[in-house]
Amino acid sequence: MGPIGENEFFFLMQGLKWTVLLAIVGFIGGGIFGILIALLRTSKKKVARTVTAGYIGVFQGTPLLMQLFVVYYGVALLGIEVNAWIAVAIAFTLHASAFLGEIWRGSIEAVPKGQTEAANALGLHYVSRMKDVILPQALKISMPATIGFLVQLIKGTSLAAIVGFIELTRAGQIISNQTYRPLLVFGIVGAIYFSICWPLAHAGSGLEKRMAKAAR
Amino acid sequence: MLNSANDQPTLISLEDVQKWYGAFHALKSISLSVRKGEKIVLCGPSGSGKSTLIRCINALETIEDGKIVVEGQVLDGSTKSVDAIRREVGMVFQSFNLFPHMTVLQNCTLAPMRVRGTSHADAERLARKYLERVRILDQAEKYPAQLSGGQQQRVAIARALCMEPKVMLFDEPTSALDPEMVKEVLDTMIGLARDGMTMICVTHEMGFARQVADRVIFMASGEIVEEAEPEIFFKSPKHERTKTFLGEILAHH
Repeated sequence: MGPIGENEFFFLMQGLKWTVLLAIVGFIGGGIFGILIALLRTSKKKVARTVTAGYIGVFQGTPLLMQLFVVYYGVALLGIEVNAWIAVAIAFTLHASAFLGEIWRGSIEAVPKGQTEAANALGLHYVSRMKDVILPQALKISMPATIGFLVQLIKGTSLAAIVGFIELTRAGQIISNQTYRPLLVFGIVGAIYFSICWPLAHAGSGLEKRMAKAAR
Repeated sequence: MLNSANDQPTLISLEDVQKWYGAFHALKSISLSVRKGEKIVLCGPSGSGKSTLIRCINALETIEDGKIVVEGQVLDGSTKSVDAIRREVGMVFQSFNLFPHMTVLQNCTLAPMRVRGTSHADAERLARKYLERVRILDQAEKYPAQLSGGQQQRVAIARALCMEPKVMLFDEPTSALDPEMVKEVLDTMIGLARDGMTMICVTHEMGFARQVADRVIFMASGEIVEEAEPEIFFKSPKHERTKTFLGEILAHH
């Protein structure tokens, strides 16, 4: 058994950096495309609704691990040279956009119909109706679920290890193999995940309580 | 009756309007014309189509057949015609439908800025003017949830007025209010009527109808059964269904 010293800890922190970066990229990319998906999913056009429903179905109905494989090797098959970082970022963006799109579709539909009617009666167009009236209310409604998904996404980044990405979990595995102290190493890794995810989840439920109060 | 508006031009006309919800015939050959400055009260049992009727005028509902013209603009379902009509027609809802994430002032300035392209400063001036008129300017910085129902409905009236509409539609504006708040909203509406606003009100407030309406229209099962000046309407209704309805509704007042 080897010791776990400064170097090993530094290596884990390097992994943590990638975990956080991946989660941020997935969340921002997924957020941008997710809004688009949610808007198409709630549009008047049947084609848009059907196509996005299919998109959401595919990404919710298959494992993230498989999605990572398909994007990683699929992009290479198309003859485009990309590094693992780009491929994984694309996969997480696609994955997150499907889930966030579905969460936000639900919250757009949860905004009372009277709001749309009032906006229509005032003559507001689609863009203003969405941007000024519906989306601010929908995003507020969706906050708890959105934060819940972010927590899932952070933990889901560990799957990026499969395509050779050294994020927190993979870094832990490497250290564990070097030091033969799996329990200790993965205990530390787990504690790091927990120290990020728990406050987030906690903030989410706090927000939920505050919103419930404000809605009264 | 405040004025007889017989010499005024027609502002709204409906010809033979038909509306279906699936197999349910909600509006049956409705024809109606409203002159500038006229105040019309629509009443009738629930499900009679009175709300549907006014919601067709600003295209919140589509019609299957017939013709709706507002200020010379034919409502043909095109975005252009819908936009043109909604710019001229204000609406007040039973459930207020204020935007809960905006202050009272923001509720009032949004549409003029987005639809008419009014500058922020001008929109605020306009908003303050109409909030003053519904006597609620002191609450301008509050959020709707901080106001009483009556106050919210007055804000909703001010919000619609900020678009300076030619016609105001009221869809049971006092039905969701506690009894003690009905009066403040009705007083606001009476004030509007005095200032010459063209109004179509779906309401069961018969006192209001007596005081303000030029014509009272009674609807039942999707048809206009009877229409008359309030005095005649309340004193000597012709149709059996009108008599029954008035009997029921006046028994409570």
